[in-house]
Amino acid sequence: MDRIPILKMGECLLVSIQVDMDDDLALALRDSLTSRIVQDKARGVLIDISSLDIVDSFIGRMLANIAAMAKILDAQTVLVGMRPSVAMTLVELGLSLPGIQTALNVDRGLKLLHCSPQGESSAAKHH
Amino acid sequence: MPSKLASLIEQHESELLDEWLEHQKRALGSAAQRISDGQMRTASQRLLGALRMTLQAHGPEAAAKDPALLQVLDAVSHERVAQGFSPSETAVFVFSLKEALYDRLQKEFGNDAAAFSKETWDVTRLLDNMGLYTFETYQKSRDDIIRRQQQELLELSTPVMELWDGILALPLIGTLDSGRTQIVMQNLLDAVVAKNADLAIIDITGVPTVDTLVAQHLLKTVSAARLMGTDCIISGIRPQIAQTIIHLGVELQGVVTKASLSGAFAYALEHRKMSIVKNSGIAT
Amino acid sequence: MPPSIISETVKNQAVKLNAASDVVMIRQAVRALAVEIGMNLVDQTKIITAASELARNAVIHGGGGDATLEIVRDAANRLGLRLSFEDRGPGIADIQRAMTDGYTTGTGLGLGLGGARRLSSEFHIQSAPEQGTKVTILKWKG
Repeated sequence: MDRIPILKMGECLLVSIQVDMDDDLALALRDSLTSRIVQDKARGVLIDISSLDIVDSFIGRMLANIAAMAKILDAQTVLVGMRPSVAMTLVELGLSLPGIQTALNVDRGLKLLHCSPQGESSAAKHH
Repeated sequence: MPSKLASLIEQHESELLDEWLEHQKRALGSAAQRISDGQMRTASQRLLGALRMTLQAHGPEAAAKDPALLQVLDAVSHERVAQGFSPSETAVFVFSLKEALYDRLQKEFGNDAAAFSKETWDVTRLLDNMGLYTFETYQKSRDDIIRRQQQELLELSTPVMELWDGILALPLIGTLDSGRTQIVMQNLLDAVVAKNADLAIIDITGVPTVDTLVAQHLLKTVSAARLMGTDCIISGIRPQIAQTIIHLGVELQGVVTKASLSGAFAYALEHRKMSIVKNSGIAT
Repeated sequence: MPPSIISETVKNQAVKLNAASDVVMIRQAVRALAVEIGMNLVDQTKIITAASELARNAVIHGGGGDATLEIVRDAANRLGLRLSFEDRGPGIADIQRAMTDGYTTGTGLGLGLGGARRLSSEFHIQSAPEQGTKVTILKWKG
């Protein structure tokens, strides 16, 4: 089975979903992300869905679950890159994901999470 | 089996064309002015040519279904719709050929009653089918035009403007039904992507009434923008509208609202830790 | 709203619904048809999402079934997609309740049926206990 790669960037985890996920793959992503948050002591999770051309209620619920579980593990989740057509469809579906923070693109998302690509910004603050 | 009709058209193509054009002009009357003689001749020539080739290839029975012939009829119908002809005026184009062909058949087969009636019957049936087809196509192309215009009108009436780097304004004018909400949402969200905007001001000064349904549409738009990472402010709330909103118990959960567009803009700048300062003239 | 009168089925495609991966296949098949009739991107996304919800319902609650995907045309020459999902599951006793947002027997958010209805131009459901469920949705182009 395909797996969705999770990248570490400073204190943040970065996931870019590039494939049309079936339900099993979506659940596998949720499980591996939560374990990586603990393992890598991540403070932020950025999920890029700019490649997804649909988000149905199952995937939406999975994203909301990730955000809720991350929150319990003291990590902040930002969902970035949702396409206009997907946003319009989700709203019509009745899924407005109130618990998830959003940003237009990866750049903005990283700023929200205070994650720099080198992972230096948070280290620099301590000096 | 060689079609008698086909050879008849082949032998007398140019006379037939002239006679047909005469019939068309007479039937159209003053409406004929909408189209130049040259245009009318070109269209007629094309159809007559296509008809002859179809008859030669398929005979009169199958001719009315030949795609090559239908294509010419399609083109003529579209043209006539665009030129402002009525459906019956467009049908005249085909039906007047019947008269021209009838005259021709009479000259040719006048002495042979059996052949004359058979050919006349073929011509009538064929041209009736062609006429009906033209009529239908006319209707379809007009429906298409109306649909397109409605769409264009909707899009025209919902502009999205960039007030400041990353701050959009969407002035809504008129009522907000579900069809219009779709277009408004789409325009706004596309602009959000194009301008990389993180704040949008939806101004409802021009919306006459806000009932539960309109409020729902507004909230959907705000939710969709938020899903993409853009916050919305609703501005232009007139006193009566504020009253109705409260009276109806409409919930604008968590949405920032401002009485005026300028108020919303000031809020947006403040949000970015920016301000507009009066230049007191100290600087040269 | 009375159902539209379909004058012609232009294209017809049958897809089996047995496993979770078939839900992804349905999404791809519906996308291909929506692109074929030139549906705009937002409507495409809506109908694919609705199909995804209904296909998952059939696989998870209905124990599998069949989907029929059609390109249809009405008398005004409008093109649209008509999708039916039929399962052999336990059926639904109270359809009214099943349509309510938040109602769920499975693990979903309970937005499946109501959501699919809001995303379509037309929605039809037929079900009874022990007789399976058939849901048909239709979306017109433009």
